[in-house]
Amino acid sequence: MPAISFQSVSKTFNPSRGAPGPVVQALDHVGFDIQPGEFFGLLGPNGAGKTTLISILAGLSRASSGQVLVHGHDVVTDYAEARRQLGVVPQELVFDPFFSVRESLRIQSGYFGVKHNDDWIDELLSSLGLTDKANANMRQLSGGMKRRVLVALALVHKPPVIVLDEPTAGVDVELRQTLWQFIAKLNRQGSTVLLTTHYLEEAEALCSRIAMLKAGRVVALASTSDLLKSASSNVLRFKVDRELPEALAAQARVTGRIVQFPAHNAREIESYLAAVRETGLVAEDVEIRKADLEDVFLEVMSDKSISTTAVAEGTV
Amino acid sequence: MNGWQTLLYKEVLRFWKVGFQTVGAPILTAVLYMLIFGHVLQDRVKVYDSVSYTAFLVPGLVMMSVLQNAFANSSSSLIQSKIMGNLVFLLLTPLSHWHWFVAYVGSSVVRGLAVGVGVFAVTVSFGRPGFVAPLWILVFAVLGAALLGALGLIAGLWAEKFDQMAVFQNFVIMPMTFLSGVFYSIDSLPPTWQMVSHLNPFFYMIDGFRYGFFGVSDVSPWISLAIVGSALIGVSSIAVHLLKIGYKIRH
Repeated sequence: MPAISFQSVSKTFNPSRGAPGPVVQALDHVGFDIQPGEFFGLLGPNGAGKTTLISILAGLSRASSGQVLVHGHDVVTDYAEARRQLGVVPQELVFDPFFSVRESLRIQSGYFGVKHNDDWIDELLSSLGLTDKANANMRQLSGGMKRRVLVALALVHKPPVIVLDEPTAGVDVELRQTLWQFIAKLNRQGSTVLLTTHYLEEAEALCSRIAMLKAGRVVALASTSDLLKSASSNVLRFKVDRELPEALAAQARVTGRIVQFPAHNAREIESYLAAVRETGLVAEDVEIRKADLEDVFLEVMSDKSISTTAVAEGTV
Repeated sequence: MNGWQTLLYKEVLRFWKVGFQTVGAPILTAVLYMLIFGHVLQDRVKVYDSVSYTAFLVPGLVMMSVLQNAFANSSSSLIQSKIMGNLVFLLLTPLSHWHWFVAYVGSSVVRGLAVGVGVFAVTVSFGRPGFVAPLWILVFAVLGAALLGALGLIAGLWAEKFDQMAVFQNFVIMPMTFLSGVFYSIDSLPPTWQMVSHLNPFFYMIDGFRYGFFGVSDVSPWISLAIVGSALIGVSSIAVHLLKIGYKIRH
């Protein structure tokens, strides 16, 4: 039985009363399964529907049609059992200003009916570097510390499925390391992890399988290694001193002076370099590297053709 | 503690942590009412034959404080959690709509009664009312607080901003409590206003509550009980339904 099963989930938002505007299709028949023990990445640009999908999974939002199951429990009709299985770290940095860190954790634990949970709370505090803040009021904590508390709150009832919605947005390097070590440990111990992030190198390093959403649709669904294989295998990267002509720039990824061309073979690399030479520009710091997830992501988001292959390869 | 008990505990702890504002302030307000209205109206307002005005005023002020604070508790807790965004911690839990209802209304009753006892303790020295039927006192205090707690829940779910909440508080709750016979017996009103007062459910809560102290009331406590009980069932049904459909909290 899958840990999470999205079955043809659609969500439409009607324009608010009195406001003009069309009905927004946030999710369009999204369907895929996540197996127990997987570290699964959900990627997509802003507004692709990632948070909407997670909100439906967590019961914060309701699907217009379709069904979501967590270990076989429907998130609407059997919500209590489904939510017991889930530990959700919300994207927004929210906190309850009335309570200390330990009080918040004890209360959250109590909501799930978990009693005598102080040992696990202590372990969470220590694993997330929060022990010396245990009795501090939530208001006194920095943004990074509040983020750690959000993770601890999500894990306080030892859920078998952990959902992280952009947990490292605006977080320093140290916390990212602490957080990923801890989550990876929980994953090794058997927890299923569903992660959304904008940091593609994190997704590449951590996730064994990835789904990409674009405008509410799944445009890629495959194992991370298959996705990397499906993209152009190499990237030609160099610096130029002036702006690239438009026709050439359209084929490349240009970040300031850095130009990157996706290339499948030596012939393509040669032809790009020749094209640059013809324009009279000088390419400096030339290197050829393996394509990474960011290249795949950009290719998928701009090119429809890859989506069909990748979806076909994945387990839908 | 299980889930709903934890939520009840958390809601009580929330107001208790700011007890100066949530319990202390309404007690002070009630003392000021007592000092001013008691002093000015002592010899001018005639209520039931054998009862002094200040003694008459004590249960009215107590019940008014109970009702206003029960409303304030659930409504302000919900709107704050919605605006701060921390309601999400509760939305992610397996707690059912009934659990939410019992915990929010329960904590409103606790706060209402805590303030009520406090107001009684400090105002009773101005004029001691009797304790003719203590059970009626308890019944109306609890039912009234529960009714206002449930109403606060509805207002807290409905309001999206603090000013919408203020509208509810200032244009519905305040006028209805002030015009419910806290400061006067509706017997002293012209017939039209007597009739209008009879349409105000708050009147029955205060009248029934006062009956417990004096054994005298404008209408029979049984009628008041029936009306307050029906209102409680009606308002609670709406509140439970709104929680069930996730009105303005689950999108």
